[in-house]
Amino acid sequence: MTTEVPSSSTERYRAVQDSEEFGRLRHAARSFVFPMTVAFFLWYALYVLLSAYARGFMSAKIIGNINVALILGLLQFVTTFLIAWYYSRYAARKIDPLADKILAELNAGKGDSDGGDVKKSED
Amino acid sequence: MEPHFLAAEVSTSTSRGLTITLFLVFVAVTLAITIWASRQTKTATDFYAGGRQFSGFQNGMAIGGDYMSAASFLGIAGLIALYGYDGFLYSIGFLVAWLVALLLVAEYLRNSGRYTMADVLAFRMRQRPVRTAASASTIVVSIFYLIAQMVGAGALVSLLLGITPDTTFLGMDADTAKVATIILVGALMIVYVIVGGMKGTTYVQIVKAFMLMTGALVMTLLVLAHYKFNLSQLLGDAAAQSGKGDAFLEPGLRYGVESASASATFYSKMDLLSLGIALVLGTAGLPHILTRFYTVPTSKIARKSVLWAIGIIGTFYLFTLALGFGAAALVGGKAITAQDKAGNTAAPQLAQALGIDYLGGETGGAVLLAIIAAVAFATILAVVAGLTLASSSSVAHDFYANVIRRGTASERDEVRVARISALVIGAVAIALSIFAQSLNVAFLVALAFAVAASANLPAILYSLFWRKFNTSGALWSIYGGLTAAVVLVFFSPVVSGSATAMFPDSDWHFFPLSNPGIISIPIGFLCGWIGTVISKEDDSAKYAELEVRSLTGHGAH
Repeated sequence: MTTEVPSSSTERYRAVQDSEEFGRLRHAARSFVFPMTVAFFLWYALYVLLSAYARGFMSAKIIGNINVALILGLLQFVTTFLIAWYYSRYAARKIDPLADKILAELNAGKGDSDGGDVKKSED
Repeated sequence: MEPHFLAAEVSTSTSRGLTITLFLVFVAVTLAITIWASRQTKTATDFYAGGRQFSGFQNGMAIGGDYMSAASFLGIAGLIALYGYDGFLYSIGFLVAWLVALLLVAEYLRNSGRYTMADVLAFRMRQRPVRTAASASTIVVSIFYLIAQMVGAGALVSLLLGITPDTTFLGMDADTAKVATIILVGALMIVYVIVGGMKGTTYVQIVKAFMLMTGALVMTLLVLAHYKFNLSQLLGDAAAQSGKGDAFLEPGLRYGVESASASATFYSKMDLLSLGIALVLGTAGLPHILTRFYTVPTSKIARKSVLWAIGIIGTFYLFTLALGFGAAALVGGKAITAQDKAGNTAAPQLAQALGIDYLGGETGGAVLLAIIAAVAFATILAVVAGLTLASSSSVAHDFYANVIRRGTASERDEVRVARISALVIGAVAIALSIFAQSLNVAFLVALAFAVAASANLPAILYSLFWRKFNTSGALWSIYGGLTAAVVLVFFSPVVSGSATAMFPDSDWHFFPLSNPGIISIPIGFLCGWIGTVISKEDDSAKYAELEVRSLTGHGAH
């Protein structure tokens, strides 16, 4: 299985980290996850703040006994499911191919001395 | 509809016998699985990470099993049944939290760590101090959570088995039954962990998640069918039967309560915000959740398992919404508080009412009650096993193997120490829970989330995303966040100075909030930053390795 990475590989990791290809991978991941984290956190915070401070607005009934508070709460579920689904689609298209390519290059460049990484099976 | 009372008199013996039988079946099945798993457990990877061979769906179910505690099932259903909308508000934080785990933590942790949270934190730093700190915070979080669950189990047993103060069960009065339950739950969790390791524990979680989801689904369908799938009518009935009218469907009955005192109102609202933040940021810092990401072969499958978990957990909280409002409507607030002031028996009481109406009268009621009660015990058992495993893994892998033995311990030694640690931690948890059983320790769950959010999450995020982060920063954030959360709670109204406090007869509180998160989480992040900039240590070379590995999966275990 995987062996301890020798210290000489530090330079290689540095080189990969500085490569344009890795830069694109990092950008693809971070330009999605950071703004999305801020967005869902603010959206959740807004919901909690409205529950704390906008009681009149939240209590307005929309359909029958279903009020704004309940609808906004259910929307939190909807957005959570949507963000999760959208992220998995985005990652599969924009992040995984880049990551796989760099990983393949790293493994290929590793030489025969330690046999490279054992390829893990997917489920 | 007439209010139904939990069968203290009616069908106690049928129900009680069936609950115990079902629970024993669950125990027998899970023990059999555990023994089977022990034969498959040969290496340290098997013991700590279940051999990393679980599928995305399996691990998603197991995450659900680890996460949906009795506090979620009985607690949230009860909160909704008694306080309506505010109980629902509470459940949302627990779900949204999973986006933090999905987007920022799960895949990177899987790629760069091995068995514990500290593997990632200590990756580019001085191993011994960082692992010691991570181990300390892991144990604190796990023990708090364990005590809350085990004391809860003790309190539930008399309610679920209908043991009233003047009756006995198998020759035990209610207090003895409590202690016996704590010891039984503790002993079983120790066995699961020692014998089955991560493999056995994971299957226990999967079985439990399946039972919990099925039980909740059946009850939800019965409630909705009762109202011909008219949500508005269910809400209307719930509001009417709760005795609180429209306020029941609006925020403010439980959290952010408005009172005559302006400062009390202000603090109550701050408390709501503080709780919300801790719930959302705490989940991705819970050690027993983090170790779950290591049980799958790759980071892509870790991602898939979080997606499953979000689906399962989200669906479950939607079920609890129906259960809570259903209990309010069909059982009624009065009948629920008559049984348990905190509302923990709302779901079982609803099960009984539904069984009586739809499954053939008293017997049907007793059967459904028994099933739900057995599910509740299974739930508690699975969660405490996950917690015990995570903390004993940290003691063995972080503290013993890397701090004491400085990385020279053999795999066999490490696993042996993990098993001994499980025994010791389990025994300590049993002893503390027996000591705490008459105290109000429900706040410990929220405190565990607050510590996870204040101490663990800042360290994890800085480790993964901040090049300059170093040993000093890691120590500052873990110890700073941990101390802030624990000290603030110690001086808060949940520990002393209020009628519902842990020590209601004393008063040393000066911090006005019950939930420390809003202060302690920023302290954790700030400490991490201060600790980093005051130290000259530069780990950026190792950070190159961590960053490359976390994003590509190169060299992943």
